[in-house]
Amino acid sequence: MEITEKDVEHVSSLANLKFNDETKKNITTQLKKILAYVKKLNELDTTDIQPTSHVLPLQNVFKDDLIKTIFDKEISFQNAPRFDKRHYQVPKIIE
Amino acid sequence: MKLFQLTIHELQVLLKNREVTSIDVTKSFLNRIKNVDKNINSYITVTEDYAMKQAVKADKKFKKGGDLPSLLGIPIAIKDLICIEGLKTTCASKMLQNFVSSYNATVITKLQKNGAIILGKLNMDEFAMGSSNENSYFGSTRNPWNLETVSGGSSGGPAAATAADLCVASLGSDTGGSIRQPASFCGIVGLKPTYGRVSRFGLVAFASSLDQIGPMTKDVKDAALLMNIICGKDQFDSTSADTPVPDFTKSLVINVKGMKIGIPKEFFIEGLNQEVENKIKEAIKVYKNLGAECIDISLPHTEYAVATYYILASAEASSNLARYDGVKYGYRADSGKGLMEMYRNTRDKGFGEEVKRRIMLGTYVLSAGYYDAYYLKAQKVRTLIKKDFDDAFNKCDVIITPTAPYPAFKLGEKVEDPLQMYLSDIFTISANLGGIPSISIPCGFTNNGLPIGMQIMAKHFDEESIFRSAFSFQQNTDHHSKKPDL
Repeated sequence: MEITEKDVEHVSSLANLKFNDETKKNITTQLKKILAYVKKLNELDTTDIQPTSHVLPLQNVFKDDLIKTIFDKEISFQNAPRFDKRHYQVPKIIE
Repeated sequence: MKLFQLTIHELQVLLKNREVTSIDVTKSFLNRIKNVDKNINSYITVTEDYAMKQAVKADKKFKKGGDLPSLLGIPIAIKDLICIEGLKTTCASKMLQNFVSSYNATVITKLQKNGAIILGKLNMDEFAMGSSNENSYFGSTRNPWNLETVSGGSSGGPAAATAADLCVASLGSDTGGSIRQPASFCGIVGLKPTYGRVSRFGLVAFASSLDQIGPMTKDVKDAALLMNIICGKDQFDSTSADTPVPDFTKSLVINVKGMKIGIPKEFFIEGLNQEVENKIKEAIKVYKNLGAECIDISLPHTEYAVATYYILASAEASSNLARYDGVKYGYRADSGKGLMEMYRNTRDKGFGEEVKRRIMLGTYVLSAGYYDAYYLKAQKVRTLIKKDFDDAFNKCDVIITPTAPYPAFKLGEKVEDPLQMYLSDIFTISANLGGIPSISIPCGFTNNGLPIGMQIMAKHFDEESIFRSAFSFQQNTDHHSKKPDL
């Protein structure tokens, strides 16, 4: 089944992106082409193959649960678009 | 020879013997950047004051003498997605146009501990997504060998700057070929280490299971010197490998007698530029004359690598880039009707077309109903591609292929067709999927004077075989010592 403009609307809301009528049409066409190409993977029988999510045999890389100060709070706020000494400010969330 | 034309190892000697000062060297680069970079656009930020301050400090240390760090006084430039405390890290995106990092990436801490000077932050494809450096918010980077052609991407800035002597060496990042392909297009050395060799702490994430930082240098010896410094397990990167780091310079020997070089048939296909194929075949002859044994091998799942990569990398990217929402840092657009509108407006205006395309593709392949058909399937094919390499390295020590199917293409040539752009990574992508180390080194030029790169791959953690074979080649050829006419 090919991707449709309705699918693109759904995916864009999941991804917090937006498209107007023209850009929606364009991205749908581009995604159709790319998805048609990647369907190539169906030529392969992968019935008993384990998926690889990570190339190194690493498991459960933990560190000790210790409190550390890496840098001062003030430094974390230096890039905030809107900040009031203690809070990141954003538009109203709940009506 | 001018100071800016020299390599790390050549400058180390002059600096140590106090024949030149660090200020001389740094000024030499800063002046060249002023004269030449307007035509190339390889730098996003030139850190002139910062670099001069470090040069003054370095000269004080040289004067004092004693035990001196190995990169003292050497000016390096950094791809602009590696964080440096107090400097902008833009990822060539409007989204992070004014973002100032609050900490150093581990590789930066290591470089600075070893005395290196940072000249600035280099141009790239936005968020490392691209193969031509045409996706930068700050304009394309041009290839120093022919300004009408692309530098390659996504580490186009590092490749062009290193080739044009606008830095001694640089650090890039490679997710699907982003160090090797621009290195090939610009005629320099670019190494993608084994996944896990180099810490990703402070590297802005694109695809976490594929990204690696690596050196981009004028010759193989410089790459080995940088690898000695940047490799190693890092407590801040849980995906870094706990594998001992050898002294890579010990592998810089001319000895490939009996070395088995695998030549995979799947990389010599229709669509491979004839001049590229000829130069690779000439390079193989060089190895034979040096006593290496060249054997035909097969990597049967090569043709599925691009499809596998674009599903997996886009999926991981869609997750990694979800953080850019205008709340705590970065660009924030008008909020319109409220928070959700703010998120959408910010991401709509803050991201470029290619980034949005990959986020859409990645979100789609991870979404309910499609996860098994695309993402899970791609992970299984990744297993098959990795197994191809495991099998091949039972038969040979290294694998040699072209780095790219063609030399640098013209600016604008592939921007209208994303899929065509993706296919320029066709030879480099498998190494990222397998997690194996891979280098691109110059092996000749086209009749029009464009560089051609040869890729050498080895098994996990065997950068030593790569260095041995690459060094042997460079000691018997001189492609790497040619410079563009600027």
